[in-house]
Amino acid sequence: MDISFNEVSYTYQPNSPFEHKALIDLSFQIDSGSFVAIVGHTGSGKSTLIQHLNGLLRPTKGEIKIGDYHIRAEEKIAKVKALRRQVGIVFQYPEHQLFEETIAKDIAFGPKNFGVDEEEINRRIPILMEAVHLPLTLLDRSPFDLSGGQMRRVAIAGVLALEPSVLVLDEPTAGLDPKGQQEIMDMFATLHKKKNLTTILVTHSMEDALKYADHVIIMDHGQKYMEGLPHEVFVEKDKLQQVQLDVPEVIQFLQAFEAKFGQTIPYQGQTLTELARLMQEILKGEQKYV
Amino acid sequence: MLKHRVEFRNVYFRYSETEDWVLKNVSFTIASDEWVAIIGHNGSGKSTIAKLMNGLLFPDKGEIIVDGIPVTEESIWDVRTNVGMVFQNPDNQFVGTTVRDDVAFGLENRGVERNEMLKRIEQSLEAVRMSDYLLHEPHRLSGGQKQRVAIAGVLAVSPHVMILDEATAMLDPKGRKEILATINQVRESQSLTLITITHDLNEITKADRVIVMNAGEIWLEALPREVFTKEKDLRAIGLDVPFVAKLANELIAIDVKLDQQPLHQKELLESLWTYHLTK
Ligand SMILES: Nc1ncnc2c1ncn2[C@@H]1O[C@H](COP(=O)(O)OP(=O)(O)OP(=O)(O)O)[C@@H](O)[C@H]1O
Ligand SMILES: Nc1ncnc2c1ncn2[C@@H]1O[C@H](COP(=O)(O)OP(=O)(O)OP(=O)(O)O)[C@@H](O)[C@H]1O
Ligand SMILES: [Mg+2]
Ligand SMILES: [Mg+2]
Repeated sequence: MDISFNEVSYTYQPNSPFEHKALIDLSFQIDSGSFVAIVGHTGSGKSTLIQHLNGLLRPTKGEIKIGDYHIRAEEKIAKVKALRRQVGIVFQYPEHQLFEETIAKDIAFGPKNFGVDEEEINRRIPILMEAVHLPLTLLDRSPFDLSGGQMRRVAIAGVLALEPSVLVLDEPTAGLDPKGQQEIMDMFATLHKKKNLTTILVTHSMEDALKYADHVIIMDHGQKYMEGLPHEVFVEKDKLQQVQLDVPEVIQFLQAFEAKFGQTIPYQGQTLTELARLMQEILKGEQKYV
Repeated sequence: MLKHRVEFRNVYFRYSETEDWVLKNVSFTIASDEWVAIIGHNGSGKSTIAKLMNGLLFPDKGEIIVDGIPVTEESIWDVRTNVGMVFQNPDNQFVGTTVRDDVAFGLENRGVERNEMLKRIEQSLEAVRMSDYLLHEPHRLSGGQKQRVAIAGVLAVSPHVMILDEATAMLDPKGRKEILATINQVRESQSLTLITITHDLNEITKADRVIVMNAGEIWLEALPREVFTKEKDLRAIGLDVPFVAKLANELIAIDVKLDQQPLHQKELLESLWTYHLTK
C-alpha cells in the first residue's frame, strides 16, 4: 500500500507541563512495495511515527494516507480494524505485545481476532515457529517464561500470523543473537519480496539499513533530517555525525583505508571477500586504480 | 581487597524439575576490577546467570559467592547492596513515578543522606544525558531513553558489581559507545566489577575477558582477541565476530599476513600498513 505523511505533527500530553512535540511537520511518501529504513538517535520520534501507521496514535495535526485509509487529527479512523489487519507492527519491546497464557495462543490471537478459522491458524503456527527458529516443544509454554531473544521471536511470529501487507518493524533484531539477527532479517527480506509487502524498518543498525532498504529516512528531533537512497545517504559522514549517527562500519573502514593508503575503493555492496581481494591488490601495488 | 568478586562453583539450575538443566556445571571466577563480557545464543543461559548473581534465583546445585558472601535466601539483601543490575527490559525495573524518584529509589534503600543523594542523581543522569527528563515518567520515555535511565539508576548507587544485561540494546552505536565509556571511567576512580551480557560484537572488544555460553555450559573463556580467531566455531553456535575481525579473517584467508588479530579498525589499518611495507 502507498503511504504518505502530509505535515504530520504529534504532541504527547498537550497543554500539560510535560507537553512534548515528538513529530513536527513531517512529510514523506512510501511507495507500495518498498523497503524503507527509519534511522535516528534516541528519542528522535521513530516509535511515535510508526504507531501512526495502524492508528494507535492519531496525528495532532496533518494527514496520513495508507492505501485507501485516511488518518486525520480531528476524525476517528473509519474501519480501523481492517487497517490493523493489513498493517502489522512488531513493537520495540516484545513484552508489550505478549499477553496470552501460552505461546500457541499468543500467535493465534491476531488471526483469531480477525476471524481466521482455526484450521488455517493451526496450519500457520508450525510454519511461523520455524520461520523464527523456535522449537514446537515450546508452544504450550507461557511466553513470559522465555529468554529475551525467544520472546522477541514469539512477538515476530504473532505479527506475521496476520499475514499483513504492510510490515512495520521497530528494532526487530534487538535481543537476537548474531545468527538470529541475520536469519530473521533475511526472512523479512524474503517475505518482503515473495509477498510483495511494504516494509518499514526502524533500526540502529546502519548495516541493516544499507543491506536491506531501498530508501532511508533519517529523523532528528521529530523532523525529517535526510532522505534518499541508502548508499547515497550513508556516505555523508559529517552530516550524519551532526545528528549523533555514523556511517556503516564498512564505509567507515573504506574511508579510513583511503585516508591511510590514498586509494579509493568505492562501496558498491561488495562482499567482505571481494573487499579483501581489492585491498590486497592495492597493498601489493598490483592495482593502482580501482 | 578481594581477589574474586564473583564466583560460580559447579552451578546447576533449571526453572522446573520437568525441564532440562538451563545451566550445567557452570564454574567461573571474576576478579574485582575486571570487565567480563558474557555472550551466547538466545536461551544459552546468560540472563539466568545474571539473576543467580543477585539472588533473584538460587542454584539447584553448586554455590555462588559474591563479594565474599555466599548467595542464599538469608544473604540476598546484603548481596544486593553490592550488586547493581540492569535488566533486558527496563520497564520491569522502574519503580518511581518520575525519573528522579526512580534513580532516588536505590539510594534511599541504601540510606544515602539527602544532599549526597541529590548530587548522585544529578551526576548519574548527566552521565547518561538524561538530565532534561528529571520529572518525566519513566514509562513515557522512548525505548533508548528508558535504558539510559535504568543505567543511571545503577550508576547512582555505585555498586561493587554492575551487571548490564543487554542494557544498551536499544541505543544507537554512538550512544552505546558513550555509555560504556562512561561506565568504564568509573572503574578508574573506584573498584568496580563490570559484567556485560551482550549480542553486540563490538562491545566485547573492550572487555578484559569473554565468557562464551552455549546451551547452558561454558564453551570458552578467553581474551577478546582470541575469541575473534574462532569465527567458524562461533558461527556454528549462533554467534559471530565483529566486522573488523571478519574482514581481517578474510584477509588472512588470502594470505595477507597480519601481525596480530585486530580488535578494531585502527589496529587492522596498522597491520595492513606493516604488510604494505614488507610485502
Ligand atoms: N507516552 C509518552 N508520553 C510522553 N512523551 C513520550 C511518550 N513516548 C515517547 N515520548 C517522548 O517522545 C519523544 C520521541 O519518542 P519515541 O519513542 O518516538 O523515540 P524513538 O525515536 O523511538 O527513540 P528510541 O530510539 O530511543 O526508541 C521522546 O523524547 C520521548 O521522551
Ligand atoms: N521463567 C522461566 N521459566 C522457564 N524457563 C525459562 C524461564 N526463563 C528462561 N527460561 C529458559 O531458560 C533458558 C535460558 O534462558 P536465559 O534467559 O538465561 O537465556 P539468555 O542466554 O539470557 O537468552 P537471550 O539471549 O535470549 O536473552 C531458555 O531456554 C529459556 O527458555
Ligand atoms: Mg523507539
Ligand atoms: Mg537474556
